[in-house]
Amino acid sequence: MAYADTLPKQRPFGSTNRPDAWWLQPLAVFLGFSAFIIYSTWAAFQGVGDMHNHTCSYWYGGNGANYLSPFYSPEFWGTSPHAIFGSILPAWWPSWAPFSPAFLILWIPGGFRFTCYYYRGAYYKAFWADPINCAVGEPRKKFLGEKSFPLIIQNVHRYFFYLAALFIILLGHDAWKGMWFTDALTGKQHFGIGVGTVILTLNTVFLAMYTFGCHSLRHLVGGFLDSKSKAPSCAKTYNCVSCLNQKHMMWAWISLFGVGLTDVYIRLCATGKISDFVFFILK
Amino acid sequence: MNKTVTFRIWRGDAQAGEFVNYTTEITEGLVVLDVVHKIQATQANDLACRWNCKAGKCGSCSAEVNGIPKLMCMTRMDTLNTDKPITIEPMRAFPSIRDLVTDVSWNFRVKTKIKKFNPRPPDAADGTWRMMQEDVDRVQEFRKCIECFLCQDVCHVLRDHHKHEEFIGPRFLVYTAALEMHPLDTEDRLAELKQTQGIGFCNITKCCTKVCPEHITITDNAIIPLKERVVDEYYDPLGWLWKKIRPQG
Repeated sequence: MAYADTLPKQRPFGSTNRPDAWWLQPLAVFLGFSAFIIYSTWAAFQGVGDMHNHTCSYWYGGNGANYLSPFYSPEFWGTSPHAIFGSILPAWWPSWAPFSPAFLILWIPGGFRFTCYYYRGAYYKAFWADPINCAVGEPRKKFLGEKSFPLIIQNVHRYFFYLAALFIILLGHDAWKGMWFTDALTGKQHFGIGVGTVILTLNTVFLAMYTFGCHSLRHLVGGFLDSKSKAPSCAKTYNCVSCLNQKHMMWAWISLFGVGLTDVYIRLCATGKISDFVFFILK
Repeated sequence: MNKTVTFRIWRGDAQAGEFVNYTTEITEGLVVLDVVHKIQATQANDLACRWNCKAGKCGSCSAEVNGIPKLMCMTRMDTLNTDKPITIEPMRAFPSIRDLVTDVSWNFRVKTKIKKFNPRPPDAADGTWRMMQEDVDRVQEFRKCIECFLCQDVCHVLRDHHKHEEFIGPRFLVYTAALEMHPLDTEDRLAELKQTQGIGFCNITKCCTKVCPEHITITDNAIIPLKERVVDEYYDPLGWLWKKIRPQG
């Protein structure tokens, strides 16, 4: 008799003796992730209209400010002053394909989060019910895990980390630019702080706390060593990353909503729905 | 404060069984194992239940209380909602022997297949080694394991998908991590982890971490670091190149 035949039969989907609201956590995760995916997709497609109409709904320059939505940074081709190559699309971009500056870059933070160890565990439960929660019956009998295609691709996570770490530098640069306000009369730039500056800075900090608590980074900076005492700098870095890693889930959620709300704020300012409040400008 | 509470306890063996209701009075300070013993003494003398230390250190009284894998001796009654019947059943990842007792011998067979500790030659002439405390801190967490197998029970790869032939489960990934990350060990277990021990089956639900009575951070500190070592070896071309350029000890 095969060993599996001696085991209790697999329970049907949702079957459990847990009396608690076990469905609440996966439901909250499902709604939270879905809300972000829907909003970020919508926000990315707004750039298509901007390119077509030569408008800019993702950058705010009122009162001399310089706020770029993190969904659009770095901006290679686009309609804001941040666009590295201007607003004329490259010849290699198919004429039939819609273009938004966000299309070129969103796959990087998206890929980083999609392959993140925290997110993997969370969306396997919330979106794939594999399992829907601990000790609750599953809908499928077949299970491949991350051992075979397609989920074996999750092992690419560290490469997304390398790219995501670059983004922290770029977003830090955007936050720095958000601290400089251009005088409309003289064209000179003056240091200042507006609500947008604070939001851009906090967004970068939140994303950095999430990115630098990455499990792959934790491994790469010292986790791979068995004797860290022989590499004190690795040991210190490992301890720092481990410290952030302990709250990886918290930073994952804070930074997810942080980046979304940053886009919302800049979009509202850029489309004239609200005005940015400037605390001070040093002149 | 005394209170009358109903317990639904699984009675049966590998062939058949059912939940049987027992109503008994509980008093302040009891744990689930106390209640099971009381029912065994007063209402069901033939109720099978494995236990030993009653202190959360032997790992014998593993069961599922209200659907969650727990040590019965460490589950205080005042943490449960006693207004509704409390369900007590055996672990589902292992064959049932009788009532609350399961056959966990598969775990011991798995353990024999993992490459043993293989230390480097002794550092001193008297046959002893020297280690820094910070180097063994990480593996000492894994040594807290009491082998209650609650993590194996809650792991859906074993519990629901019955991958016992292909996956060693969280307990033995922790065991492997304790050996693999030991500063003295020289053995390489990565090929087995990837090929025959099925680390790729783990999809990081963290259920094992949640049920561990020793609070070992199984997923984050043992399984994911092992997964990353497997990535180093098999899925990272740049890492492979880096090791060729600058080999690590």
